Amino acid sequence: MNTKTLVVVEHDNERLNADTLKTLSAASFLSGQVTALVFGCGCLSVANAVSKLTSVNEVLVADSEHYQAHLAENTALLVKQAGEGFTHILAPATTFGKNLMPRVAALLDVGQLSDVIKIESDDTVVRPIYAGNALARVKSTDRVKVMTIRSSAFDAPESSTSTDAEIQTLEIQISNELSRLVSRQQTQSERPELAAAKVVVSGGRGLGSKENFAMVEQLADKLGGAIGASRAAVDAGFVPNDLQVGQTGKIVAPDLYIAIGISGAIQHLAGMKDSKVIVAINSDPEAPIFQIADYGLVGDLFEILPELTDAL
Amino acid sequence: MKVIVAIKRVIDPYVKVRVKHDGSGVETNNVKMSMNPFCEIAVEEAVRMKESGHANEVIAVSIGDASCQENLRGALALGADKAIHIKTSEIPEPLAVAKLLTALWSKEQPGLVLLGKQSIDSDNNQVAQMLAALTGRPQGTFASIIELEGEQVLVTREVDGGLETLALELPAIVSTDLRLNEPRYASLPNIMKAKKKPLEVLEPEDLGIDVVFSQQILEVMAPAERSGGEMLSSVSELVETLKSQAEIG
Repeated sequence: MNTKTLVVVEHDNERLNADTLKTLSAASFLSGQVTALVFGCGCLSVANAVSKLTSVNEVLVADSEHYQAHLAENTALLVKQAGEGFTHILAPATTFGKNLMPRVAALLDVGQLSDVIKIESDDTVVRPIYAGNALARVKSTDRVKVMTIRSSAFDAPESSTSTDAEIQTLEIQISNELSRLVSRQQTQSERPELAAAKVVVSGGRGLGSKENFAMVEQLADKLGGAIGASRAAVDAGFVPNDLQVGQTGKIVAPDLYIAIGISGAIQHLAGMKDSKVIVAINSDPEAPIFQIADYGLVGDLFEILPELTDAL
Repeated sequence: MKVIVAIKRVIDPYVKVRVKHDGSGVETNNVKMSMNPFCEIAVEEAVRMKESGHANEVIAVSIGDASCQENLRGALALGADKAIHIKTSEIPEPLAVAKLLTALWSKEQPGLVLLGKQSIDSDNNQVAQMLAALTGRPQGTFASIIELEGEQVLVTREVDGGLETLALELPAIVSTDLRLNEPRYASLPNIMKAKKKPLEVLEPEDLGIDVVFSQQILEVMAPAERSGGEMLSSVSELVETLKSQAEIG
């Protein structure tokens, strides 16, 4: 079978999202041509950037004020129309992709393969289930395969100097009377993006307070890393929700993951156990995190953290 | 306004699942089962809407074999008024679940359908979005705040990079994130009362839906085990290790 893959590009109307690059890598495991779909408002610079990527054969652009906020109600219809004739439609398994793609799949009357970590053939993939405690090899018999891609499982494609892919403008205007964006509150940070960072320093309930969490931030800054958190730390208000690592938060696989004051519940491990090197610092020698950590240190966080930060 | 809450019976979140040696699935015999945690949050939110006067009826629905009636009774004990069990021998795939719920949606005409954002067994995160597509209604996924305002619902969503608030026209489909609320426990008197509340059993045929499967699970495998690590005794040892192992510092 010769596949035709459409990759839905995630961006903020200015910058391409890093998870999209990983999705393009995943698409290269399928046999055929890869087309990228960029929709938004004033997103031509994103389309240009996408056209320069080696793995992309063609770019479709739908630029309209209707698509400004990337709401699922009308953009799912757009993806369905633009996706006519494609055998595979892929998007990153970010909140953008998770929100949009099942809506697209249902409009096409097909199933979806969520959070794919491996593409074995044009119809068979591997995806984690039960918080990553089992892996399922799944074969889809649907006529169109709709997938979201877990970016931590794929490498970003090497930047290239290939000839630009052709950019084709779609004149599809679909308005949205069902939903409206009221506001967005973005967490501002100078640190690297959590999902793409090489080093992640995460804190849990053991930190005790928002003020103490600053010690995690200092260590992360020393290592040039991103900060993450367990659910307990987010629920206690130490950090915003978008820093949560785990089954229901972000999935990361950095070179180095340092877990501080995190016991290691199943749901947290689901988000970080594919990290290359895991270091755990915890006062409880029985904490489950030590069973998966490459290096563990038992002791008082409030003594260890300042000492570690100073020594690095 | 009528609110429908969809709930799923899953392996308890605190159980460490075991993959069967023959690769056919995970062990579910003699394993503790619970209501999916995200569904508990959806039930709690629906019950709060009733308590605040925004909802006048809360219907809990679950799809699966007879054992999911236990979890429907649980939802009734938490404050749902009525339960509907859609009886199937296996748990259908998300698209079929969404089709069954769409049929129920047409029948019951709710103002809002609440679902968990994902079930912790299959981890699909699809049903709410598919239901919204099939009913042609707006979706508020990963909700951490839900506010009803006249003919609209304001949903604050947990998204990568922060939060966003959407205004959705009712009827709408909303999926819950963990921070939406803290679910209550059912009291003994409420558990007793729940036994007397109505529980209707429907077959997919009653709803005119043919449950089909389009995804075949060829094999369920255990993930690669991480080998046990090394315990260090001091911060200086940790610093040395970090410097040699991860080439940092």
